[in-house]
Amino acid sequence: MIVAVESRLRSPEDLAEMRESLRARRRPGEKIVRICIGTGCAAKGSRRIYDLFQQAARETGLAVEAVKCVGCHGFCERGPIVVVEPGGIFYQGVEEPDVAEIVRETVIGGRPVERLLYEDPIRKTRAGRADDIPFYRAQHRIVLAHNGVIDPTSIEDYIEVGGYSALAKALTQMTSEEVLEEVERSGLRGRGGGGFPTGRKWRSCREAHGSPKYVICNGDEGDPGAFMDRSIMEGNPHSVIEGMIIGAYAIGSSQGYIYVRNEYPLAVEHLRIAIERDREIGLLGEDILGSGFSFDIRINRGGGAFVCGESTALMASLEGRPGEPRAKYVHTVESGLWGKPTNLNNVETWANVPHIINRGSEWFASIGTENSKGTKVFSLVGKVVNTGLVEVPMGITLRRIVEEIGGGVRDGKAFKAVQTGGPSGGCIPAQHLDARVDFDELTRLGSMMGSGGMIVMDEDTCMVGVARYFLNFLRDESCGKCTPCREGLAQMLYILDRITHGEGKPDDLDKLEQLAVLLEGAALCALGKTAANPVLSTIRYFRDEYVAHIEQRRCPAKQCRGLFRYRIEPELCKACGICRKACPVKAISGAKKTPHVIDQEKCTLCGTCFDKCPFGAIVKV
Amino acid sequence: MTTAMNDQPATALSDDERIIEKIVARYAGDVGMLIPMMQDIQAEHGYLPVAQLRRLAKRLQVPLSRIYAVATFYASFRLAPKGLHEVTLCVGTVCHLKGAGHIAEVICKEFQVEAGGTTPDGLFSFQPVNCVGACALAPVMIVDGKYHASMTPQSALKILHDLSAEKPAPEKESRK
Repeated sequence: MIVAVESRLRSPEDLAEMRESLRARRRPGEKIVRICIGTGCAAKGSRRIYDLFQQAARETGLAVEAVKCVGCHGFCERGPIVVVEPGGIFYQGVEEPDVAEIVRETVIGGRPVERLLYEDPIRKTRAGRADDIPFYRAQHRIVLAHNGVIDPTSIEDYIEVGGYSALAKALTQMTSEEVLEEVERSGLRGRGGGGFPTGRKWRSCREAHGSPKYVICNGDEGDPGAFMDRSIMEGNPHSVIEGMIIGAYAIGSSQGYIYVRNEYPLAVEHLRIAIERDREIGLLGEDILGSGFSFDIRINRGGGAFVCGESTALMASLEGRPGEPRAKYVHTVESGLWGKPTNLNNVETWANVPHIINRGSEWFASIGTENSKGTKVFSLVGKVVNTGLVEVPMGITLRRIVEEIGGGVRDGKAFKAVQTGGPSGGCIPAQHLDARVDFDELTRLGSMMGSGGMIVMDEDTCMVGVARYFLNFLRDESCGKCTPCREGLAQMLYILDRITHGEGKPDDLDKLEQLAVLLEGAALCALGKTAANPVLSTIRYFRDEYVAHIEQRRCPAKQCRGLFRYRIEPELCKACGICRKACPVKAISGAKKTPHVIDQEKCTLCGTCFDKCPFGAIVKV
Repeated sequence: MTTAMNDQPATALSDDERIIEKIVARYAGDVGMLIPMMQDIQAEHGYLPVAQLRRLAKRLQVPLSRIYAVATFYASFRLAPKGLHEVTLCVGTVCHLKGAGHIAEVICKEFQVEAGGTTPDGLFSFQPVNCVGACALAPVMIVDGKYHASMTPQSALKILHDLSAEKPAPEKESRK
């Protein structure tokens, strides 16, 4: 934070002038320390590291403003992350004792601290900058470009890097029709899961009868394993707001809502600060930048219901009712919130809008594939080496994401599948790793883009168990309004429960498939219609595993309790007696210095011995 | 300036009534803001006391049944007081793959608590949730706002056994 703006911006010239004065204060070679305070790094203690850097700055006479809190860099696996300018020196896994050394060596001395740099696991070379790390090299960052660079609580930082210039351009150099056409031509599709063309949605809303019109930002990121929207809201809240103002201008709306998931307190906090600052300097409220256009935004926190990610359920929630969806024979763009035309887009969709206006639709459409333009942020998680957020151009192969950016599967295990699209998505097996990631290709493979979760599964993952997990999740989250979803999911779960307990019947797979077809055709909302995807896609690609469970009462991944046994490897057993003492049913016997054995008759398969053995001598067979 | 006496409203309100008035005023009595109001009541009391919900229903002129519907639909609302500490276990996909389901079982068994409930001694409330978005730390357990990464059944139990009967850490209570 360099200069706090107190006066209102009354014209685009005011904004440009402010940007110039902010930039004029920068000096070449200026020292800046950026500390990530995204949820991932903060959980590893980065707040404390920030405090220590501030303290060190005071002691060494460095400007305190040079120590910045920034949003998520995406490389959560290696947090806390600290970047030092000049040179963009990228430190990972920084701990409290390292702070003094970084200040002494890098900030004052200008030398890198080698041991905190990223080390390539294969070549054993150190990477000085983020761009030198494979995790970042293959990425194409547009939406995340300023995450990790600017202080999300500082509007000055956002304006300095060019923030709100797209808004100024839209409000003064373009008619609302031109803005709409630009977004239409860009080919931007909804990033929340559906992939509906954004421009077309805006136009329907704009042309719908009725006023007022509302715009909504869907920040109810409910898919487990997905956190890109959270990181955008936390790390660059103004980009979302700027997109919303531009959209509201194109559509003709004066009131917006941001609906944020209850589990994201930091996102709410940063959005709240951003909105307050925008109001103070006149970027929200009456007569924005002297254009005569007025718009304001309110934040609503979700109540913790997955179904509220569905547009009609979300609007019901905004109206203060239980989040139950309704049939969409009348679209929300015609009759949404309070029965008025309402345009709802996902966080990432909104954050793309300023870039399209600034750089033009042609530029945006030049990235990606024929029908999926631009980039997509994925949260790459699960049994992968580099967990984190990655932004890649549409059309990149799954293999590049998993192997090149993700660094492959953890602990040298074999890759089994990647799950995309959240609980309603599907699992894509190894033979399709060379598929290109875009909306249509993923759907063709029986999965979907969804909001961008990408969960890597290894050989130890039971695919029947995965299907059961997602179905259980969806059964719990089903609102209960329509029968196919409420009863269908319960029945499917009942069948999967039996299969994973070794009580499957030969016709279970047929029954599951019948129920899946019924759900897809008869459920009311997207949650129910797509709920069978995890089951269908695992049956499609991993039928063998289902058959092994049902016919041989065996779990090939050795995850389903009762469908595998424990055994002690005599060569590995050190006869320490820990398992013998820990066994609750006294099924393990063995004397000193002789390998122990499990009495399979007595064993209840509780797994206590497996957890306790310090030598890994107990194996699943 | 008026004297302190004149600051009192004509009919003295109880503390609880004043809380409802304050919250309703914050949203200008807009029924559409029912959920935020209930979130504020919960922030104030730690749960949704029935008496307060009755007051809210009367004040907003909405049926209590509707408020009850909202309170039971959304997972974040609780109708019973919470424990001294708040324990949240992420059971999202990644945490699940890395064994969070087993950790939840172990915790429930060890402390005789059920998911969404409070231990018999009131030491902590236990809430498994669907993903806190900190997948790089999986499995994650959050105790009074502090994130604990890479949990195992043993490490989770140790953290919970070490919880003292003192006040929770202040980190969580910063919301207005």
